[in-house]
Formats: sequence, structure tokens, C-alpha cells
Amino acid sequence: MNIKKNIALSDTGFVFNPSSGDSFSTNPIGMEIIKMLKEGKSNEDIKSHVLKTYMTDEVSFEKDLYDFMNMLTKMNLMDVDQKDETKKN
Amino acid sequence: MKKLQYERPVIQRLNTGVMNKFGTRTEYAPVTHIEGNAVKDLIEKYGSPLFVISQRVIEQTYRDANRAFKTRYPKVQFAWSYKTNYMNAVCNVFHKMGSWGEVVSGFEYQKALNNGVPGNKIIFNGPDKTEEELKSAIQNNSMIHIDHLDELYLIKELATEMKARPKVAIRVNMDTGIYPMWDRFGFNYENGQAWDAINKIMLTDKIDLVGLHCHIGTFMLAPSAYGVAAAKLSDLALGIKKKFKKNIQYIDMGGGFASKNTLKGSYLQGQDTSPSFDQFAEAITTAILNAGFVEDELPLLILETGRALIDEAGSLLGTVISNKRLSDGRRATIMDFGVNVMFTSFWYDHKISPAQEFSQYTEDAVLYGPLCMNIDVIRENVTLPPLKRNDHVVVHTVGAYNMTQWMQFIALRPAIVLIDLDEKAHVIRKRETLSSIESEEMMPKHLKEFKL
Repeated sequence: MNIKKNIALSDTGFVFNPSSGDSFSTNPIGMEIIKMLKEGKSNEDIKSHVLKTYMTDEVSFEKDLYDFMNMLTKMNLMDVDQKDETKKN
Repeated sequence: MKKLQYERPVIQRLNTGVMNKFGTRTEYAPVTHIEGNAVKDLIEKYGSPLFVISQRVIEQTYRDANRAFKTRYPKVQFAWSYKTNYMNAVCNVFHKMGSWGEVVSGFEYQKALNNGVPGNKIIFNGPDKTEEELKSAIQNNSMIHIDHLDELYLIKELATEMKARPKVAIRVNMDTGIYPMWDRFGFNYENGQAWDAINKIMLTDKIDLVGLHCHIGTFMLAPSAYGVAAAKLSDLALGIKKKFKKNIQYIDMGGGFASKNTLKGSYLQGQDTSPSFDQFAEAITTAILNAGFVEDELPLLILETGRALIDEAGSLLGTVISNKRLSDGRRATIMDFGVNVMFTSFWYDHKISPAQEFSQYTEDAVLYGPLCMNIDVIRENVTLPPLKRNDHVVVHTVGAYNMTQWMQFIALRPAIVLIDLDEKAHVIRKRETLSSIESEEMMPKHLKEFKL
């Protein structure tokens, strides 16, 4: 599951989906995660970066990351991989 | 390299110009301290959740109310409404400032006596007063406010039996133009019940009718209704003077003044909509002063306001248990306090502040309590910064009714701390323990042992 390629992200945390016209605001850590997702980084890469940079623990962050990705999907910002969906079922 | 402060990633859809049920963000600063006491330290020392009462705020509010009435009317007396908050320490703050006691049950009556309130400065209200309780009130020369005719006849019998002359008032209910009309308590003004009761009392020499009482509603947002009530009670008092040549000593306007809380469904904040003491005082005193009393026969004005005097002095400190996401995408935060200790969350959208620094990012959330019950919702919609497990919050304006209507349901009740004028914290009620709950329980012998 990757973030949609055409999603625009500003340096101040403004997220824009040109295909739907929806706009969002995210906090600095959310911005970093979206940036890394755009760069094609894996969840493991994101996790190790955040754990290195921020005062948090693996369990808490994993939970928050999972929740954040769910929100991105719900907000239609992710490309849902058909194969992943089949796997789920 | 020093690691950065972590905040949970959040993303929020921007809806420009569109209102939503979460409203706008209201919290711009954390509440890290309550009168010099760090929230973190209070919770560490006394546990979470924790009720905190500020003596300073009680005194300021009382002085404000007192000033509002005493600058407008020569004879004013406050009587502390025990049911609103009957922690003995809280009652004594009011008694120290000159408040009498106003009670609505035998249990509260005993509490007031134990606190040292003289019997003749206790007002005994309510529909349920037992024979024993009435006897004690007659003996102590307390003011008994009669709710129904059965009580009136019982007092008459007791007066004969005890060879005493009880001091009574009647509770009068009336149409003051507000809905709902509280006509279940006392005697109705419009249909003549009140006059009927007055005649029954005045035509016996066994009982002394000293006052007239009303209590027109709760969380009243219209001061004008009090004006109508004061005018109607004054009319009765003047009628008694005319018919029986007797001066009524006091008019008791009861309570019901709104606090600064925000009622559920209200568009504006309580801070902006609740009338001030001055507005209530203006309506009440104007009506009495204009009723036609001779100057030296003006009755004493008694006020039993509870909520408006104590609500703002109380805060509830709590801790985040967990965060989760509901099926529709809404954020849900579970707190360690629920409707069991914060009964008023059924009525109000309580203001809630985080107790630690936070960024400018917020999330729309639902706040739940810890009970395994679906009704345990503290705020259906609230916009707060992202809270994480073990973060603390401060719920404001919880001083009224929560410490008397709280339930020992599923969880034990928390401690209550009073912060004095020197910002020193005192425990005024200890945290409950299993033994404090089980001390009243009995186990039949045949159920004592079992094998599984």
C-alpha cells in the first residue's frame, strides 16, 4: 500500500489531493511520515527513523503508525493495492 | 543528539467555512497547575482521578454573590445547600463565611448539626421528613419548610405532643413563565393551595408561620422568572399581614441560579450565557422592594443557591487510559473517570484542558470513561490536542453535585483535595477502598464457603 503519487505536501503540513480537491492539515511528524511514504520508504524504515529521532517507544509508535496509515486510507490518500486486499480476505 | 518531543501523527480534513458538530478549538493553553499545585504532583500524591476544590474560588464567588444582593437589599442571608456538595470541609468554608445550612433529608440535617450549625440556623426542606426528624427539628428550633398537607398535620400533632411551637414556612410553587414548572413541591400559588395551607397554619396557634419559600427550577437562565416568583411571594406575605396582622419574617427564594457550565445542545458557551449574580439580585430585590412593604417590615431575604456558588471551585483531574479509532474514523480517548464520578456530564459539555504542553494540532474526538457500560460518555464531540496514554487532563467546573451524586459503580470513588488560601492541599475525603465499601455488607453463614 503506497501513498498516491499525485498527493501534494507543503513544508507547513498542508496536504492536497488534486484528484478530489480535498485538503488536509497534518502535524510535523505526520508530514515526515507522508514524505517518507512518498519516497517509497517501508514501514520498517519509517519506524527506525522515528525511534531514532523522537522520544517514543516501539510499541507506542507502531500503534500510532498503524492508526495514521488507516486514517490516510480512510481519507483516500493511499493507493489500495488489490493484491493486499485479496490477502486480507 | 537530543531526541525530539514525540507527538502522535495526526491528519485532519480541512472544511473551510463549514460548521461541524465538534465546533472550533477552544483550548489554547494547558492547565499544568491548580493554584500553585502541579497537576502531575497532585495525581502522583493522591491518585487519579482526583477532585480538587479551591477554597479561594469558593470565597471569591461567595463574596461576589453576597455583594450583589447586599448592595441592593438591606437584609440578606445565604444558606448553604448541602445537597450540592456536602463534604464537611466545603460546608464549613460556607459556614465560616456566614452561611446558614439548608438541608433536604435527615442525614443532611445531622451533618449540619455535626458541623456545628446551630439548630435555629438550619432550614429543613424536602418532601421526606420522618416523624423522628421533625421532632429533632422542632426541638432544635429549626425552620421547617412544609412540602405537603400530611406534613402540616403531622407537625401540628407533634406540636401538641411536644408542647412546642414549631417555626415553619410553606414551600410555594407557581407559574413564573418558565418550563417545566416545578409544581410537585409545595403548594400552588395560582390555584389557591398556598392560601389554603396558610389559613390552616394561621388558624391554629400551635405553629408559627415565619417564612415563605419557593424554588422555581434548576440551572435557570432567566433572572426575570425570579422577579415573578419574588413578586408572588411578596404578595402572599402582604396578604398575610392584611388578613392576620402578622409580619412574615423571611422570604426564601431557594436556589437554581445557573453556573458557568455549558448545557448540552447549547450554541453558546455557559460563560457567555449564564446570568451574573447581579442580574438575579436585581430581579429579586426589585420585586420585593416594589411590592409595598413598610420599610421596617421588609422580610429577610434568604438564598439557597448552591450550584452557582461551588461549581467553578471544583476541578477533576484525570488520566488517559487509551486511544482508539471508532468504526467511522472518529478518534476515541478513554479516560480513567466517567459518569460514575462525573454525573454532570449527562447535562453539560464540560470544558476539558490538557495538563501538559501541546502543539497547535488538534483532533476531533469522543471522550469515554472507564466503565464497561455504553452510556459512559464524557464528551460526545470535543476538539483536543492528541493525547497519549498517561497524559493528564483537567475537567473544569465540576464542584456542584458530582461529589454528592457520584456512584460507587464498577470503580471506587476518588479522593477529594481542598486547596486552601495558602495554596496548601488538604485531603478532605480519602480515596475509597474495598473495605470501605464492604464494611456494610453481611455474608450469611451458608454462603461463606464454596468449592469450584
